[in-house]
Amino acid sequence: MATNPMHQFEVYRIGPEIKIGAFNLSFTNSSMFMIISAVAIMFLLFLGTRKKLAIPSKIQLVTEMSYTFVAKMINDTAGSNARPFFPFIFTLFMFVLFCNMVGMLPYSFTVTSHIIITFILAIFIFIAVTILGFVKHGIKYLQLFVPKGVPIILLPLIVIIEIISYLSRPISLSVRLFANMMAGHTMLKVFGGFVISLGILGGWLPLGFSVALTGLEILVAFLQAYVFAILTCIYLNDALNLHH
Amino acid sequence: MSKFCSVLGLLIVLFTVRAYGAEAGMPQLDTEFWAAQIFWLIIVFSILYLIIWKIFLPKIIYSIESRKSRIVNDLNEAQKLKENAEKKLKDYNKIIELAKNEAKKVAEENKKKLDKDIESKKKILNEQIEKEILAVEKEIKNLKKNSILDIKKIAADISSEITNKIIDTEINKSSASAIVETVTNKKIEKGLL
Repeated sequence: MATNPMHQFEVYRIGPEIKIGAFNLSFTNSSMFMIISAVAIMFLLFLGTRKKLAIPSKIQLVTEMSYTFVAKMINDTAGSNARPFFPFIFTLFMFVLFCNMVGMLPYSFTVTSHIIITFILAIFIFIAVTILGFVKHGIKYLQLFVPKGVPIILLPLIVIIEIISYLSRPISLSVRLFANMMAGHTMLKVFGGFVISLGILGGWLPLGFSVALTGLEILVAFLQAYVFAILTCIYLNDALNLHH
Repeated sequence: MSKFCSVLGLLIVLFTVRAYGAEAGMPQLDTEFWAAQIFWLIIVFSILYLIIWKIFLPKIIYSIESRKSRIVNDLNEAQKLKENAEKKLKDYNKIIELAKNEAKKVAEENKKKLDKDIESKKKILNEQIEKEILAVEKEIKNLKKNSILDIKKIAADISSEITNKIIDTEINKSSASAIVETVTNKKIEKGLL
């Protein structure tokens, strides 16, 4: 049996091997759960927009609440300039949220617990935001690294720190999500293993922990999706409204 | 806060990796399926993005906007209706006020007219009554005078007749009447006639 708590993160091939050049692009359990999450999102949105009632039904309320939630988040952090990026941020938030939530189901796979997935999302955001900043402000975008009101002597140091913090954005963004998801799921698994190994006599305490941790993990799943989306908004804000 | 969380998360990861890594290590760092994961992530995410952008978001925006505009319309309508009702109430109150004043005026006028009418009729009636009383008094006086004269004449006649029958002598009519006259005068003086 899979008593190893890291076993749940294993990726394995489903169906035939697909190889293009040197790349192995086979359909895996990770791909399957991505598709499950995407289909769940579309199903929710489909149900929520099927009947456009003036007094919304419960499912319609959920979709409209998610819309207004993301819209408010973008408006508060990046202002009205970020309006055109709403579809992307909304998709990003929903995708991460649903991947996290689907991962909470027993025997499922958490897509966002893999560093490669979160890193690709983060590096895409990083590159897109950087290009956007240079397109919008030209060479002036480099002012981002020169904060106002800093003494001249400290400036070189500050600029270096700013550049490092800017370049580490994709890493911090991706590691935050990946580490949170992985740590949470590993802990759940470890406590689950304790329940089995301690048996009917001593297993109650870790079982209680497991229940509490499940609640906490659902909170974390939502929170990390929110943090991922709001940090994207903040980076977008830096690129759109240059004011340092 | 989020930095603290990520540091804590990393520590937990490192701990678990050290505790269990000896057996299997982290499957996340196994590069065998990285290309596959990137490939499928790009496909699924772009399809999801396109579908949400082109199909679902316009629908959600439409339903939210239409609700908003409907609420605004309804509120405007309600405000209009309220103003209308208030105006009508004002008009109504004004009409009532006017009608009341009119009624008061009419009532007062009628009262005055009636009073005047009664007064004049009273006056006319009083005058008539006085006139009639005067006429009657005059008639009574006349009647009195005439009756006294008649009585005197009759008394003179009767007395002359009686004396004639008793003593068979014709007495002078004028003397008889003179006697009657003195007697009646005496009686009038005494208030008998």
